[in-house]
Amino acid sequence: MSATEYSVIGTRPIRHDGADKVTGRALYGGDFQIAGLLYGHVLRSPHAHARIVRIDTRKAEALPGVRAVATAADFPPSGDRLVDLGEGQTPLSYIRGNVLASGKVLYKGHAVAAVAAVSAHVAEEAASLIEVDYEPLPCVLTAPEAMKEGAPILHDSLRTKELGEDGGLVSNVAEHFRHVLGDISQGFAQADAVIEREFHTSTVHQGYIEPHNATALWNNDGRVQVWCSTQGAFVVRDTMACILDIPVSQVKVTPMEIGGGFGGKIPVYLEPVAAVLSRKSGRPVKITMPRKDILEGTGPTPGSYIKVRIGASRDGRITAAQAHLAYEAGAYPGAMVGAGAMCVFAAYDIANITIDGYDVVVNKPSTAAYRAPGATNAAFATETVIDELAEKLGIDPIDFRLRNAAKEGTRRADGPKYRRIGCVEVLEAMKSHPHYTAPIEGPNRGRGVAIGFWFNVGLPSSVTLSVNSDGTVNLVEGSTDIGGTRTSIAMQAAEVLGIPAESVHPSVVDTDSIGFTAVTGGSRTTFATGMAACEAAQDAIRQMKERAARLWEVDASSVEFAKGSFRSNGHSCSFQELAGKLGQTGGPIIGRGAVNPRGAGGSFAGAIADVEVDPETGKVNILRFTSVQDVGKAIHPAYVEGQMQGGSAQGIGWGLNEEYYMSAAGAMMNSSLLDYRMPTTLDLPMIDTCIVEVPNPSHPFGVRGVGEANIVPPPAALANAIYRAAGVRLRRLPMKPSAVAEAIWSKNL
Amino acid sequence: MPMAKVHVQTTINGEAADFLCEPRQSLLECLRDILTLTGTKEGCNDGNCGACTVLLDGRAVTSCLVLGVEAEGRSITTIEGIAGGSGLHPLQQAFLEDAALQCGICTPGFIVAAKALLDQEPHPTEERIRRYLANNLCRCTGYDKIIRAIQHAASQMEEAKA
Repeated sequence: MSATEYSVIGTRPIRHDGADKVTGRALYGGDFQIAGLLYGHVLRSPHAHARIVRIDTRKAEALPGVRAVATAADFPPSGDRLVDLGEGQTPLSYIRGNVLASGKVLYKGHAVAAVAAVSAHVAEEAASLIEVDYEPLPCVLTAPEAMKEGAPILHDSLRTKELGEDGGLVSNVAEHFRHVLGDISQGFAQADAVIEREFHTSTVHQGYIEPHNATALWNNDGRVQVWCSTQGAFVVRDTMACILDIPVSQVKVTPMEIGGGFGGKIPVYLEPVAAVLSRKSGRPVKITMPRKDILEGTGPTPGSYIKVRIGASRDGRITAAQAHLAYEAGAYPGAMVGAGAMCVFAAYDIANITIDGYDVVVNKPSTAAYRAPGATNAAFATETVIDELAEKLGIDPIDFRLRNAAKEGTRRADGPKYRRIGCVEVLEAMKSHPHYTAPIEGPNRGRGVAIGFWFNVGLPSSVTLSVNSDGTVNLVEGSTDIGGTRTSIAMQAAEVLGIPAESVHPSVVDTDSIGFTAVTGGSRTTFATGMAACEAAQDAIRQMKERAARLWEVDASSVEFAKGSFRSNGHSCSFQELAGKLGQTGGPIIGRGAVNPRGAGGSFAGAIADVEVDPETGKVNILRFTSVQDVGKAIHPAYVEGQMQGGSAQGIGWGLNEEYYMSAAGAMMNSSLLDYRMPTTLDLPMIDTCIVEVPNPSHPFGVRGVGEANIVPPPAALANAIYRAAGVRLRRLPMKPSAVAEAIWSKNL
Repeated sequence: MPMAKVHVQTTINGEAADFLCEPRQSLLECLRDILTLTGTKEGCNDGNCGACTVLLDGRAVTSCLVLGVEAEGRSITTIEGIAGGSGLHPLQQAFLEDAALQCGICTPGFIVAAKALLDQEPHPTEERIRRYLANNLCRCTGYDKIIRAIQHAASQMEEAKA
């Protein structure tokens, strides 16, 4: 485990943007103001699936106060092509079609037209005056239904990619892929116990509290400026350039403070619409998305149908595992089922595995990433079957997992062989945790455990670092800060420079002012942008050694730097002293760091949940909850705990309450924050955290990334706890009171 | 189409303030778009998330459900009025020290609501804090560190009094 002594890493400084955020001074996207600002409103489809026959915008245009109206016809007629915006090759028509529908609407809430006016009220009023004639089509809302022969087809040109080849058939299945390891028929033949179960999970939303927003100005020189809340300013820039058919250098995106994203603020929705409205009106245009539109029109995470079969020998060794994963992509392909398949058996060392994944389009909003996208659905299935197998074999559920836990050298079914990972350490931490060793007593009470995995990613990041004459540094980065990454990145630079965290001043800047930086997502920011910061700090140190050498008239190679001091041949000088002498030794110093790292270390997490089930109402009350995670190295432990607690809370909401409640006609029936029931203060207990540190050998301080794996285990841990409390196994999410009550009544019949 | 505007005279953060607004504009819109007090946040615009919480005559309300014209003759406290002078309110300081915010969008609403609670009840139990703040949604933290920060601030305020 992590044993290195650090002076900054592992401490808990106050975050650099803290004062702004507790006083209301921090400027989020919605807070942006500019002279001449117009306000936009987007008109959305009332149908889940329909052909657009006619759009007439004349009445809207005639309303006093209206300055521009836009439809998909206002996008450049650049045709279709494949574009890569960081998530693989995607047809531009899909990306553009989701921003403003063309030809067909594919879900209720699909954007159809937009208005810019002198106020948001006038814009909304004008949007209601736009006449759209629809020819409604039958809709299909779940993966199993959409996969049936004769199901309504969403895309006439979508042919199934069948095991890597063009399958020839037009269908709603965008892709069917398979991972095979060993031979499952042989593996299941060796098993003494085999359990196969089916699972359903509902569509759920990331639920960030800040609405999507965008302000755009199509300037008189042809350059487009955007101010918005996004997880990745460069992704917005590149997507805008594709949709508007202009060079990336003609777009400048300023990422404002962002009020939560969880993957949902990676896609672009409003920015190109605001830009087109600005071009047509000659004024800057701001659009803020209403909450109903956020739920109905932005990417939630896929609902899914999953079948898992696992076999084990009498001595508790898993001999084979098989999974069928069918994920709902929503309106356009890309359901993150690939990630689900990577994670479904990732926690276990199993010789024989077959995984089939299906990416299925349905008439629901186009899905987006949500914190370990795809993994939570999969773990709900696997970890429930694992629990059932452990019970059948009479083995403690943690011991059963330990007997089969993945470790260094384990081959995953999708190919990679693990380097150093912390699955065993997480399980051991759970087993010895005071929560797990404490007795749980009383009627209708039970304890459940589960584990989960997220692989984490690297991707490009850029940092520059300027040395100030007072011994501080200014750190410039492109990673938008959603949960304290200014500080976790600044702390890494501070550690390298031997200065306090407070002596680093981090700034998140626009796309003109820093090198390309990928999204804040994939648990990558503290890992990859942190590496860029280390590199920039080392670059500054290298240059400062040359300055010290010049001052002392020694060879630069003789200058050493350690613990904040430069030394050579009896000379010594602190970082701060030397920083004050840059002017007389050659001028300013700027350190540069630009990385595209491999070796993001996967993270394992575990959850221990104690619940009490009300046998009358089916309400599940959480008595105690502990989140355990291997984070590699916790740079700022308080914010690491915060990630674990936040991910746990989202996993709990996913497990117990949250769902897209759909009518047969494809309308979301609960599109408000009253009815889309996210956990409140009253739904949760304090969430205990246990940080495990198995350093990632690919990062200078051992960071793995902490943002995601923690959401993966909670639904399964709760299902296993409910079973022990009430004697019923729930295999459909959410495990809402009515579902739990119904299961209890069925058992007692 | 644009509507005739109404002149509203009110007190904001202890100072007399007046503004012109359309009768249909919420207090939240007036604060943010007319008075540029953007510290008060919009989360849902229908009273379900608490991000826009302000004090209206000392009582915590969701400003998206109050009309701007209803502010006539009333006293409003927003997040911009919580800190005294250049220092921070103990709640703000505790939120920073205890890492009780991640993205920060719900933070102004939580701090304003928590101030209303501590003004009435200096020593709330955990259960009481949870009940009082049940209308303020946070999606990042799981509430643990927020509840602890409020307890921390309450004890700091008690010590300062003693």
